[in-house]
Amino acid sequence: MGPVPDSELLVRKIREGTVIDHIPAGRALAVLRILGITGREGFRVAVVMNVESRKLGRKDIVKVEGRLLKPHEVDVIALIAPTATINIVKDYKVVEKRRVKIPRLVEGVLKCKNPTCITRKKGEYIRSRFRLVSEKPVILQCVYCGTLLHEDEILAQVLGEQE
Amino acid sequence: MGGLQAGSVGAFKGRDVISILDFTRSDLEELFEAADWFRRRLLDGNVPKLLDGRLVALAFFEPSTRTRLSFEAAAKRLGGETIGFTSEEAISVAKGESFADTIRMLDAYADIIVVRHKYEGAALYAAEVAEKPVVNAGDGRQHHPTQAMIDLYTVKLLFGSPDGLVYAVLGDLRYSRAAISFLYGLTLYKPKRVYLVSPPQLRIREEVEMVLRERGLPYREASDITEVIEEVDVLYVVRIQRERFPDPMEYEKVRGSYRVTPELVKKGKPTLRILHPLPKVDEIDPRVDSMPQAAYFFQASLGVPLRMALLTMILGVYAG
Ligand SMILES: [Zn+2]
Repeated sequence: MGPVPDSELLVRKIREGTVIDHIPAGRALAVLRILGITGREGFRVAVVMNVESRKLGRKDIVKVEGRLLKPHEVDVIALIAPTATINIVKDYKVVEKRRVKIPRLVEGVLKCKNPTCITRKKGEYIRSRFRLVSEKPVILQCVYCGTLLHEDEILAQVLGEQE
Repeated sequence: MGGLQAGSVGAFKGRDVISILDFTRSDLEELFEAADWFRRRLLDGNVPKLLDGRLVALAFFEPSTRTRLSFEAAAKRLGGETIGFTSEEAISVAKGESFADTIRMLDAYADIIVVRHKYEGAALYAAEVAEKPVVNAGDGRQHHPTQAMIDLYTVKLLFGSPDGLVYAVLGDLRYSRAAISFLYGLTLYKPKRVYLVSPPQLRIREEVEMVLRERGLPYREASDITEVIEEVDVLYVVRIQRERFPDPMEYEKVRGSYRVTPELVKKGKPTLRILHPLPKVDEIDPRVDSMPQAAYFFQASLGVPLRMALLTMILGVYAG
């Protein structure tokens, strides 16, 4: 996998787990939030923010030790980190490397913006569900009420006040 | 029945009816043939009791007269029975029961569930929860597929086919699920042109525009019906959906902003026909009602036979 870049040295290499690299600077915590990783699960999680990157200028990196994230779990971060790469590490070696891709169906992560959407009705156990209608720019459509969520709205929703 | 029929027998059996976009033109042709059959039976006073022993649940969480009575009449004419309620207050929903639990209860009791709800997506959600077929009788501002079926059937009976005609859809295109469903329904056919005529605040929503574009509907927006009326074959009028306005002030700005008058109608072709899903408020001058162009009472009369066709086909008891 080539020489180890300086940024990798900030955190020790992991034996087994998932390294999410090339996250746009400042979005590592939002990535963890989307993945539902709070730190209370007991995995060792390392977050490296604002390190130099040839591709991005600055980037964030997230390392989750002891957990091999599957594509369908992790692809949803493409909504806020389309440049991210997923490295699956076993025995200190990257055994699999791939880019994230926005899934065709995004479930549970986002909230529909339409206040009279059935997914917003109080007292119902219903997960939000959006289908991908455009990748560039990102546009999602609520499966239930048809409302569109545009890229800026998705970013605002996931990143909150961070940006 | 015809060859189309043979290929698509059972296209409706056990099926949920959530959006008119879930149907094909040949599905609708099959449905319209059955509606013709029921229309003749109604005229003869000889309706077979195809729904004998069947129970239709009418779950109207949002008040309705016309659609509910039309489903009820369709079921009862066919010897079926109905259970249900007519607004949220009337049932235990008011005591805090979830929508999903109410649907589960009806699913256990009835053979088919007709749902109307002010929340968009409620019918789809009901269909996910229920084993029995669910028919959307209107979900918020989104879909009203059985109305669209009636409207397209009306056009077919008046003109022979919905193809090749010039349409103008006039009024609240933002919140009227009937207008939107009619437009979605037109995408299954080949209209010559469709004018969307509405006050600027009430133009179609972006997701509706996306569907119309993707499906290649030849539509144009216009702000004044008088500019296009001479070209139009079918004028589809809807009322302003006051109850869906988030802000009453916004409603005040647009109320009374369009009105179909005898003078307007006379400017159109003699063969112009006017449709309206009813109830109408003040968007059509009552003097228009007696003009030959007014087709909305005829349209309303098709609600029962069309829904008879739909119920029997979904329940698999229609044999033609
Ligand atoms: Zn929604």
